[in-house]
Amino acid sequence: MAKKAEEKGFTPTGVVYQSTKLPKPTSKTHDKLGLKKKDLLNLYESMYRQRRFEERAAQMYQKGKFGGFLHLYIGQEAISTGVVQALNDDDDLITAYRDHGFALARGASSDECMAELFGKATGISSGKGGSMHYFKLEKHFWGGHAIVGAHIPLGAGLAFANKYNGNDRVAVCFFGDGAVDQGSLNETFNMAQLWKLPVIFVVENNGYSMGTAVERHSAGDLHKRADAYGMKNDIVNGMDVFTIIDKFTEVAKDVRKNQNPWFLEVRTYRYRGHSMSDPGNYRTKEELDEFKQTDPIERLKTYVSEKKLVKDDEIEEITSRINQEVLDAIDFAEESDFPEPEALFHDVYAENDFPFVK
Amino acid sequence: MAELQFREAIRAAMVEEMRRDESVFLMGEEVAEYDGAYKVSQGMLEEFGFRRVIDTPISELGFSGIGVGAAMNGLRPIVEFMTFNFAVVGIDQIINNAAKLRYMSGGQIMIPIVFRGPNASAGQLGATHSVAYEALYGHIPGLKVVYPSEPGDAKGLLKTAIRDDNPVIFLESEQMYGLKGEVSDEEDFTIPFGVAKVKREGNDVTIVAHGKMYHVAQQAAKELAKDGIEAEIVDPRTIKPFDMKTVIESVKKTNRCVIVDETHPFCGIAAEVGFQLQRDAFDYLDAPIQRVTVPDVPAPFAKNLFDLWLPGPKQVIEAVNAVTYRS
Ligand SMILES: Cc1ncc(C[n+]2csc(CCOP(=O)(O)OP(=O)(O)O)c2C)c(N)n1
Ligand SMILES: [Mg+2]
Repeated sequence: MAKKAEEKGFTPTGVVYQSTKLPKPTSKTHDKLGLKKKDLLNLYESMYRQRRFEERAAQMYQKGKFGGFLHLYIGQEAISTGVVQALNDDDDLITAYRDHGFALARGASSDECMAELFGKATGISSGKGGSMHYFKLEKHFWGGHAIVGAHIPLGAGLAFANKYNGNDRVAVCFFGDGAVDQGSLNETFNMAQLWKLPVIFVVENNGYSMGTAVERHSAGDLHKRADAYGMKNDIVNGMDVFTIIDKFTEVAKDVRKNQNPWFLEVRTYRYRGHSMSDPGNYRTKEELDEFKQTDPIERLKTYVSEKKLVKDDEIEEITSRINQEVLDAIDFAEESDFPEPEALFHDVYAENDFPFVK
Repeated sequence: MAELQFREAIRAAMVEEMRRDESVFLMGEEVAEYDGAYKVSQGMLEEFGFRRVIDTPISELGFSGIGVGAAMNGLRPIVEFMTFNFAVVGIDQIINNAAKLRYMSGGQIMIPIVFRGPNASAGQLGATHSVAYEALYGHIPGLKVVYPSEPGDAKGLLKTAIRDDNPVIFLESEQMYGLKGEVSDEEDFTIPFGVAKVKREGNDVTIVAHGKMYHVAQQAAKELAKDGIEAEIVDPRTIKPFDMKTVIESVKKTNRCVIVDETHPFCGIAAEVGFQLQRDAFDYLDAPIQRVTVPDVPAPFAKNLFDLWLPGPKQVIEAVNAVTYRS
């Protein structure tokens, strides 16, 4: 009879400390990266907007103002912000359901993003998508996808069309560490490399797939999956916006010029639970506190103030302007109308008069 | 009128549309260098080159999704599945992405894509290779579903499918690829979706049959005619949208209806058509509607069991006898 102590399990067990380890940030200064004072302020503004928007969104959720799932990006804002800075405005971005930060970073308004959470017709997806399905095509932001791993081939497809049309655009496809375990990733990597697609695949390794630490759900280093396909890959510090700008500038240049894919593993951390209902019993407080010390927004603030690049009141002006902008967005969302009942049948097909079966 | 094989009609539709529109391309397993597993795409590589006729690995999930992504970003892909039995591996891309992204994006995303290839059984291939999928795809809002029975319809409907701004599931049959039929010579001949065709006129019973089963219905009708029963055959041609109006008009004339359907009975096409008929034409029916389908079991291999499984003219005649109270 097998005794308990002799029992062998399958999935590695135990609470994990240091679920994700940060590689060194770039040593390049803002000057070296070609960033002007105006750029630094813009980076701060973008990151702070994403943070403040989600803090308020969480409050509204807790007040019961809207339903559905709500996954917060808080802690990971350097990635969306740095990538948008490094890439061209017509490069194509696509991500998973933790998508508010990307939409805002790409220039969606706080109003339309908040209204979408409330399910209003003025929302970024006309109230048809909700938190996990933001889309803003005019900004080349392709969503907002909530079947884990299912948008990885879509990202390659965006790149396929760009290459087919010879338009020089690069597609960047973000997903979580959990998505690395999907077959879609492996099928897509194979074709992307075989067909030399201009796409950057990015895993935002935040240490956890829901409550399962990376080392409990994925065998081996994530970025090394690309080695099997001969795809260029690297690990990047995702808590420092300069590092993101530095790396993505270099990689995008290579992809644009040589028309080959890349796989970047960006190490980062989410401060909040997986979604609003997650008490976070799978991780330690020490780990969380440690990562909060690396906060991307504080880091940038410290940099600009230590170097005396901006005045304190310039940061304060942005902070209070964004605080107000997000409050106004809540008013906008509350005051907006829900979609008309007819909208139920709109946009299922290109023809709104499709003969739906009754 | 030219006489073409089914495969030639499908090829002609693709070739014409690819000549007409640079954004149309074909991808799938063995479509290029091998000339197509069933030779549907024969010669297309030669005309259009490797940029537009693309061999894929055996990665239905991956290449379906790349097709959807390319469609989102302005192209009009034709994705060929070696058969729809293998499309199941990539069905997430069809059901969750192709069918829903327009809706979830509030109409921002357009996905003009055609998924095409052989559907349903093709002889003794065993259970995994023998499923008729039109009911399953027909169930999903956001998809259009086409299953033509003859080369002429196939060409006109495929051209419409390629020009359609929605994802279209275009179902064919291995067993029909060699079938010959008249195909319109009319330049740019297209057939609109949702328009059924009365392909045989008769006053005694309406038989609704599409795809491969249309031919079974024709055989049965020939036999029945010898007995003085004139069946009217309605081929819906497209499953979604489905032209119930033409079916109802026919039933108002014949007052009896048999639906022949290659899908399983539960939640099948016949179930839906039967429901709508009883709701909308109840007063015109002189007998309960009957259906002929494959049974509620997977396809068997053994020849004798397979013959029991697949509907043939005999079952259709029995069903007609039932609705006409002949026995
Ligand atoms: C195919 C699929 N399986 C399961 C889920 C449920 N689910 C949603 S998010 C998630 C965890 C994914 O974690 P990760 O990819 O690391 O992204 P993160 O939440 O850390 O951003 C799971 C299991 C899903 N949405 N889709
Ligand atoms: Mg994760």
